[in-house]
Amino acid sequence: MSDGIGARVKRKEDKRFITGKGKYTDDIRTENQAYAAFVRCPVAHAKINGINADAALAMEGVIAIHTGPEMKEDGIGDMITGWAITSKDGSPMNCGVWNPMVTTYGRYVGDAIAIVVAETQAQARAAAEAVELDYEELPATVFTGDALNDGAAQVHENVPGNMIYDWEIGDEAKANAGLANAHHVTELEMVNNRLSPNPMEPRSAVAIYDEAEDHYTLYTTSQNPHVARLVLSAFYNVAPEHKLRVIAPDVGGGFGSKIYIYPEEITCLWASMKTGRSVKWTSDRTEAFLTDAHGRDHVTKATMGFDADGRIVAFKTDTIANIGAYVSLFATVTPTYLHGTLLSGCYDMPAIYGNVKAVHTNTAPVDAYRGAGRPEATYTIERMMETAAREMGMDPAELRRKNFINEFPYQTEVILQYDSGDYHKLLDMAQKEADVAGFEARKAEAASRGKLRGIGYSTFVEACGLAPSAAVGSLGSAVGLWESAEVRVNPVGTIEILTGSHSHGQSHQTTFAQLAADRFGVPIDNVQVIHGDTDKVQFGMGTYGSRSGPVGMSAIMKALDKVEAKAKKIAAHTLEASEDDLVIENGEVKVAGTDKKMAWHEIGLAAYIAHNLPEGMEPGLKETAFFDPVNFSFPSGALICEVEVDPDTGVTEIVKFTAVDDFGTIINPMVVEGQVHGGVTQGIGQAMLEGVVHDESGQLLTASYMDYAMPRADDVPSYTLDHNSTPSPLNPLGIKGCGEAGAIGSPPAVINAITDAIGNNDLDMPATPSKVWAALQAVKPAMAAE
Amino acid sequence: MYDTNYHKPSSVADAVSALSGAEDGKVLAGGQTLLPTMKQHLAAPSDLVDIRAIPGMVGVDDDGDALTIGAATTHAEVAADPTVNAKLPGLAKLAGGIGDPAVRHMGTIGGSVANNDPAADYPAAVLGLGATVITSKREIAADDFFEGMFTTALEDDEIITAIRFPLASKAAYAKFPNPASRYAMAGVFVAESGGSVRVAVTGAGADGVFRHEGMENALSGQFSESALDYTDVDAGDMLSDLHGDGAYRANLVKVMAKRAVAKAG
Amino acid sequence: MGKQHYQINVNGEAKDVLAEPRELLIHTLREQLELTGPHIGCETSHCGACTVDIDGKSVKSCTVFTAQVAGKDITTIEGLGSPDGMHVLQEKFREHHGLQCGYCTPGMITRAHRLLQENPSPTEEEVRFGMAGNLCRCTGYQNIVKSILAAAAEMNAAKEAAE
Repeated sequence: MSDGIGARVKRKEDKRFITGKGKYTDDIRTENQAYAAFVRCPVAHAKINGINADAALAMEGVIAIHTGPEMKEDGIGDMITGWAITSKDGSPMNCGVWNPMVTTYGRYVGDAIAIVVAETQAQARAAAEAVELDYEELPATVFTGDALNDGAAQVHENVPGNMIYDWEIGDEAKANAGLANAHHVTELEMVNNRLSPNPMEPRSAVAIYDEAEDHYTLYTTSQNPHVARLVLSAFYNVAPEHKLRVIAPDVGGGFGSKIYIYPEEITCLWASMKTGRSVKWTSDRTEAFLTDAHGRDHVTKATMGFDADGRIVAFKTDTIANIGAYVSLFATVTPTYLHGTLLSGCYDMPAIYGNVKAVHTNTAPVDAYRGAGRPEATYTIERMMETAAREMGMDPAELRRKNFINEFPYQTEVILQYDSGDYHKLLDMAQKEADVAGFEARKAEAASRGKLRGIGYSTFVEACGLAPSAAVGSLGSAVGLWESAEVRVNPVGTIEILTGSHSHGQSHQTTFAQLAADRFGVPIDNVQVIHGDTDKVQFGMGTYGSRSGPVGMSAIMKALDKVEAKAKKIAAHTLEASEDDLVIENGEVKVAGTDKKMAWHEIGLAAYIAHNLPEGMEPGLKETAFFDPVNFSFPSGALICEVEVDPDTGVTEIVKFTAVDDFGTIINPMVVEGQVHGGVTQGIGQAMLEGVVHDESGQLLTASYMDYAMPRADDVPSYTLDHNSTPSPLNPLGIKGCGEAGAIGSPPAVINAITDAIGNNDLDMPATPSKVWAALQAVKPAMAAE
Repeated sequence: MYDTNYHKPSSVADAVSALSGAEDGKVLAGGQTLLPTMKQHLAAPSDLVDIRAIPGMVGVDDDGDALTIGAATTHAEVAADPTVNAKLPGLAKLAGGIGDPAVRHMGTIGGSVANNDPAADYPAAVLGLGATVITSKREIAADDFFEGMFTTALEDDEIITAIRFPLASKAAYAKFPNPASRYAMAGVFVAESGGSVRVAVTGAGADGVFRHEGMENALSGQFSESALDYTDVDAGDMLSDLHGDGAYRANLVKVMAKRAVAKAG
Repeated sequence: MGKQHYQINVNGEAKDVLAEPRELLIHTLREQLELTGPHIGCETSHCGACTVDIDGKSVKSCTVFTAQVAGKDITTIEGLGSPDGMHVLQEKFREHHGLQCGYCTPGMITRAHRLLQENPSPTEEEVRFGMAGNLCRCTGYQNIVKSILAAAAEMNAAKEAAE
């Protein structure tokens, strides 16, 4: 079947995007449209005494200005977090209260204080600037490493010492014993830099209150509209669920930042009710830098012990994770269960201990960003492996091979049980593709041109397909992480798949349709995928954590199973054959070994005409399924980065980047390759270009593309990709997930290559030219002395 | 909401009178700096005076000793101009490396020079070549024109109409772009003419574009990369920000100067 | 001064628009002319999501006033091709998976179209440099570059065949 599983099917969604006909939230204009802008806290920490909106209200086009205390009075709830973490001493976490708009204290630059609604966007923005703020600036805690210091400014009164939780995983005594007896111990302190997700489409919301029906509609840039509706109704009391429709139309990228339900959406819904107008808000890029949840921001001290053969005997990490001023929806789980549980990497480690202290600072909330926790773990482990190999005089690939996990399932020391993999094969393939054998010659040639050439590895495993509901529930999750699907066969045989997953670039409209095309042998043009509208689609959990494949597609497979079973019953009845003798091929249900058959559309018609159905069968051909995974899935990969550094300027050029991945079953290789390209590029961005920087007072210095460096077309090379699949035994497709792998695996490969080139391992991300040059200066005397 | 008037005069005199009659008038050429500034509400001019329709403001004139480039000539036009490529290829290359293609299609030489952004490329060429800034009122030598970042000798109602670049026997520009903005973190224009050498540096200095006397002397003695080996760039005079400290910028100035010398041949 | 009438030619049609002198072309296109193909992705002219063609040049429509382009010819993604009659670049972006979320795509294709007018047979390096004013967060650019090179090859082959 040319449109089936494994085929490079061209995307069904492309036509509208390439002709400019995509429909994104900001493209939506409703009757009675008004526009919102927010008055925001200008400093990192302040007591807000009040606002003077007289002048702003008098400006042309201004409809209304409302504040946090008014919202509170109307019963709008405080922002919630979706995962409760318990500290190692058994105490529950502490976190500060987050009002959607400030009631008393502004706690980061950009904290929303008031909403201005006006006839045009320009009028709303101008009036927001004219609102006078009466505030008293307070001392702020800005930097991750400072938050726990004695005397650090308190971000929230109810969070003593700014400590949200002090969490641990693994066995500390065992890890200490292992380190005490180790033949060699490697230690390293690392910063996992703070990032801004930067989907190209800024966040946007259009909120419409229908007074006659007492009903709300919200168009929004969301990765999970059903979860948004649940939270908006059950926790924020905007409206009961059946009176609120949430639609996430075309969404221009998310990378995690559009999972969360932000103050602006809530406030626009409320303002729509207050003003009787449809209220639209669209973030500008600076607002996005200020208020979109940031990613990463860990400071980690790691210690790894080896025996005389180079086998890991123990691994210990100590991390401070910056959560920002408020605890965003999945902020607490990212540094814990998505990070600590991955500390075994793809290695057989007999003893592991991880400690994570999560802290408040006067900065924007930090939450899951492409990879979420797993890039942090991978960066720590892979830099340790490379560092240890150098210290022990071993080949970094050999050290990895010596420690690879060889048998599956594999139970780690940190909760997870890996499903399948072949780490040796991935590394072998990558070394061959990267021509590691020829590296020394290339290095010598580069040296003849005055360039420093280096090579770096990253072999990684990650956990995708969030996640078994009961398991995550026992670890503190407020929600289950199953997915839903409905498959409708129409009377004419065409098929609609309704999914709780959400596509914002992931190509679901195509890959999900491939499943039905594959199953029933129908053309992919006859299959439509519907998502992103709570009025159309049954409850679902949305797209993040590379879960749409392993969980979302598994739900579709279950629904397809049910449809197939019923279709076969109908065919068997009509054809007077046994169900066991039926095969489905090329859009027909055939009785094997005979010429008896029914076309797919005849079955659809029979199901709905219902004149001749088996005894007791209900008419129709439409099935719903919910899939709750039994475990995570575990994609893995081997990445090799080769760089050339210009010692005069510190400029690093990636001359070759090789990625060999194991994603289990691949539905559409073209789409999967695209996900890897994008993921690796984001990882390279983190490693070499990107970093959120604040000044000491907490002002954001990287608030536009003038100062926040995004990877551009001429910053990155073309990548060499390959795959080796070991299908996951834990879901019906054997699929593992591919959305985050590139971003998870690539940063340490890049840094390992640069540190190899410059001969100095003391280098943090982003390895900008100025930092690389400074690192080179630091080792220059040593190099000269050699 | 403030109101803005838009003028599109057809003569320099009309442009000057529109400007002098305005409460807070701004000359609008390509707008590639002014518009972002206005969008970020850092400027709110009462009047915009679009000078691109004024005859003679666009194009390159070659009188044998110098190239005179109209103030409203875009970077893309300068980069592609056959005369500039033949007579001052270093200037054409500089123009072809500003911003990105779309910015080069709109941004103009006059706008860039009048704005005197400390990280803009053109000021280095104007100062490095010892050009003359021709305005609605007078001619100003480059050495007298730039007065520190975002500050020039221009008066409020004075409009740049053209820049006159004397030809040089050797001239080239080397730039190290800021990884985020692609403005210069250090850009060095080197020019030799009649045995004397000028070296102008943009992007790196704490107070905008400047000439580096030490390098000029060294290169006047011997126009070679190695002549720069023993020159000093004072890190204390350099800009220091999140993209690089003074020491790094000082190093870049030297490296870019050498690259410019190598390019100039 | 208030709103003024300006005549602009958009995708081959003469349009009369009423705009404040400070109205940006992107707003006129999106809000008045309902051409929502060009998008807004930043305020600093860096992202290129709003790229259009003005008199045969790539311009970021967020960094030009509508007043400045009176009388000029403007082409947006909508004028380059339609779902029924796609431009070869549009076809190649689809064929080579040169887009994911689609948000940067209209600007990307509009810029690529002009790039291939400026340089009909670019190298990979020239494509990467020529597209450096357009940000994409999804694709890592690899398939965008591939799409543009493929379109160049096809356009050149068609030109040769015609000669």
